[in-house]
Amino acid sequence: MERLSLQQYIFEVVWPAFVTTLQIMFFTVLISFFVGMVIAIILHVTRPEGLRPNRFIYRTIDVIINLVRSFPFVILMVSLIPVTRFLTGSSIGVPAAIFPLCVSMSPYMGRLIQSHMDEVSREAVEAAKSFGASTFQIIWHVIIVESIPGIASVVCFATVAALGATTAAGMVGAGGLGNIAIRYGYNNFNDQIMYSTVAILVVLVQIIQLIGNAVYKKLR
Amino acid sequence: MIEIQNLCKSFGSLEVLKNISLSIRTGEIYGLVGRSGAGKSTLLRCINGLESYQSGSLKIDGTEIRDLSKQQIRELRRGIGMIFQQFSLIERRTVYQNVALPMRCWKYDKQTVDKRVRELLELVDISEKIDERPSVLSGGQKQRVAIARALALDSKILLCDEATSALDPKTTRSVLNLLREINQKLGLTIIVVTHQMSVVREVCDTISILENGKIAAAGDVKEVFLQKPDALLTLLGQERMRCPDGGGTYSFLLAEQQLDLIPAVYNRYGARILSTGTSAYKGEQFTEVTVNVKNENAAQLKDLFAKQQLLWHAVREAS
Repeated sequence: MERLSLQQYIFEVVWPAFVTTLQIMFFTVLISFFVGMVIAIILHVTRPEGLRPNRFIYRTIDVIINLVRSFPFVILMVSLIPVTRFLTGSSIGVPAAIFPLCVSMSPYMGRLIQSHMDEVSREAVEAAKSFGASTFQIIWHVIIVESIPGIASVVCFATVAALGATTAAGMVGAGGLGNIAIRYGYNNFNDQIMYSTVAILVVLVQIIQLIGNAVYKKLR
Repeated sequence: MIEIQNLCKSFGSLEVLKNISLSIRTGEIYGLVGRSGAGKSTLLRCINGLESYQSGSLKIDGTEIRDLSKQQIRELRRGIGMIFQQFSLIERRTVYQNVALPMRCWKYDKQTVDKRVRELLELVDISEKIDERPSVLSGGQKQRVAIARALALDSKILLCDEATSALDPKTTRSVLNLLREINQKLGLTIIVVTHQMSVVREVCDTISILENGKIAAAGDVKEVFLQKPDALLTLLGQERMRCPDGGGTYSFLLAEQQLDLIPAVYNRYGARILSTGTSAYKGEQFTEVTVNVKNENAAQLKDLFAKQQLLWHAVREAS
């Protein structure tokens, strides 16, 4: 491969990859957040001491979550290729990367959000019951409201995790910064590219964390 | 009117309530007292359906709670407010939003909610904190907000689960005064679960003492405190006073304006005064006097009790 100038690298290689990474990250977190919220609510409500205990639903989701979480991400991604292809029409590109990322992230977020929901004071829930709130109203007005700071920190945490997974997704043709680091950096013996990509990732993680902390502080 | 008959409840093989029977009159303040684990909180939670019961009957104004559907239980709870030891406010909402929440759940319109919230915060005397979060309030203030919230839906019954146990004595008194005030102003029936005997004397009209899931003693507060059944002494951590062997020993309760009866009892009937103690019931001072009289004077003394309409109790009858 012909060597490109640094300027070309930055504008023709790194910048588009950076945009791709942000896209993948954004949509992954967005979708996983909603799916995760649904999972968290179901787990929270059906857990043994929940609002509507249901052993069967709880155990089933629990097992599925553990199953998904026990796959290393790259393996999960490869095993999902047929499904991904069916859903997005391709096994490479941005949408094809988002799907497996969501499959991996959603249960993760669900679990983390649930743990914050479980920490909402039992008495606050009981108080809501005592004035006749419905299960839906309790979830909406008490449990979600009280766990918002926790949910925010989960989203921040998941964004960082998604960024890491995005780079792994880059290995299987999704593009993005991970792809650059591997292809132009590692495989091409170009330390400059590899480490500058890493530097971008480091800065990105710092920014996410700073925003996350600020949001958490404001919400508390 | 709440009528409980032969109520039994168990968690698995653990019986927590055994054959509880009691009735609570509309407009009174009823105390359920006992040590922790005696079952009093569970009994309280049966009243608004937060706990179910296995057998027996619990009727509020003639409606059996166990027969109600989920929706009916929600309707029932609408008329029953509840406050808790840890206040259980929503920390991330302001005082205003906390008090408004029950009305929002029941779809009251905005203006009604706004008007009612302000009225209630006025009633519990905490209007100046309307836009604060609970985290900046003191314990007493939080409990006032919780009371306002519990009254938001025009409840007829208020359940208090150890509502003052996390408060210091001075704050406890102010919250209890508020409870007494709303009991009188709104004619609310209040059921108080507590292990603090001072609370019982301060607000209750009638009490039941629970021991291991059973009612060990019950009755009018002053009578129970005068009769001192074993269950009460256990709760107070007191020893039973030793009674002189001869004659009759009687305890009686005097209101403040009746105190001059003490020398009369002493002079006329040659009574030996064994003990006196002062305590307040619902804010009124009473003096409890225990005397020992010779057998031949006992009848006359009892005549005096009757004539003065005193509350009295024979610790040991004269022979």
